[in-house]
Amino acid sequence: MQYLDEYRNSDLLKTQLANLRSLITRRWVVMDVCGGQTHSFLRSGLEAALDDVVELVHGPGCPVCVTPAQVIDDAIDLAQRNTVIATFGDMLRVPGSTTSLLQARAAGGDIRTVYSPIDAVLLAQKNPGLQVVFIAVGFETTMPSTALAVAQARQLGLTNFSLLAHHVRVEPAMRTIMMMPANRIEGFLAAGHVCAVTGYQRLSQFAEQFRVPIVVTGFEPLDLLIGLTECITSLEQNRTEVRNLYPRAVHPEGNSHAIKWIDEVYQIATVPWRGMGEIPDGGFVIRSEWRQFDARHRYKLDLFGNDDDAECRSGDIMSGRLKPHDCPLFGNRCVPDHPIGAPMVSSEGCCAAYYRYTAERKMHQ
Amino acid sequence: MCLAVPGCVVQWIDHDEVMATAEIDFGGVRKRCHMACTPDANVGDYVLVHAGVSLVVIDREAAEKLLATLATLEDAH
Repeated sequence: MQYLDEYRNSDLLKTQLANLRSLITRRWVVMDVCGGQTHSFLRSGLEAALDDVVELVHGPGCPVCVTPAQVIDDAIDLAQRNTVIATFGDMLRVPGSTTSLLQARAAGGDIRTVYSPIDAVLLAQKNPGLQVVFIAVGFETTMPSTALAVAQARQLGLTNFSLLAHHVRVEPAMRTIMMMPANRIEGFLAAGHVCAVTGYQRLSQFAEQFRVPIVVTGFEPLDLLIGLTECITSLEQNRTEVRNLYPRAVHPEGNSHAIKWIDEVYQIATVPWRGMGEIPDGGFVIRSEWRQFDARHRYKLDLFGNDDDAECRSGDIMSGRLKPHDCPLFGNRCVPDHPIGAPMVSSEGCCAAYYRYTAERKMHQ
Repeated sequence: MCLAVPGCVVQWIDHDEVMATAEIDFGGVRKRCHMACTPDANVGDYVLVHAGVSLVVIDREAAEKLLATLATLEDAH
């Protein structure tokens, strides 16, 4: 078993789809939180196949989308001060307040994409004359890699490596969304890889408080389908528990080693989410014991500024209140080549997924 | 960004607590990945790798059990 093809088997998918349709008595509203799941729903055609029986809304699980413009501005500013900026490729095209990392690179900034934050550590190790800053974004899935990066940097005795960090937590954002007036979400698909790291026991309190079923779900088409089926089954039976439909990767208590590394380097804090304002306990900051690896400390950057994306409707889209194709800018002034905001450009962005995989964009051209 | 890819542990290279590394095979392509979050992974185990770091060992038994359940549903149709 390779753990990929089995979850893309079209016969199994057809059977499961038929099974799900047979269960449904009304059109429930279910939110998938993670941008990776959103893309998978759209790319596989599952969302289209289910559109008449389930309303799928997509949540703010796109870390690139919720990174404040100021983080990009700070990185560009550092690049202009002879610092090498290392970043996940996904951040390159995201507009800051005035420009993007891609444009800053074209203007001469030393901005490099890496697959792993630890590649940035190796870069710093091999080039002691360079100051290297890695833009550390992502949920708890990504945090073990950035925490390990600074742990390795410390073990190697590096003094030329730091993180410009904006890590975020999904659950507080889900809470914010559930408390918005006119919220219609009735069930959640929880992000499978975040839960693989953190576990899902803490979600029980959320399910009970808001009276919603939550199903820990994977990312392959079959995973999405069985996760959604379990969620709808719970709704049809009026149950509001947390269920795990991704057992091959997720245990209730998560991965204790990964949790230990995250806790070693980071502590929970209230941070701004681009498009959604400050989310209480919605993110992390680097602990003071690791401040030599914290770019904000090293380069005396402000903690967090205020965002003002006047035109981008990302906040409404990420809380499921607006569909991308209902945004007046979608497909005309806002396209992946010249995005107004982040969700049109990130590989986990909701607008990018709709643009790429649905026919809706033709409506606005 | 939450994309994690399954791969097979082929060979351990370093068991240090922080610098732990192993060679992982992703359907024929081999890469060195960081193993500090899965120090107990054995050669032959499958792991999920994200941003160069192995996050969990895939539970083979759980996977087989779930697929078996889904297959019985298929037989019933």
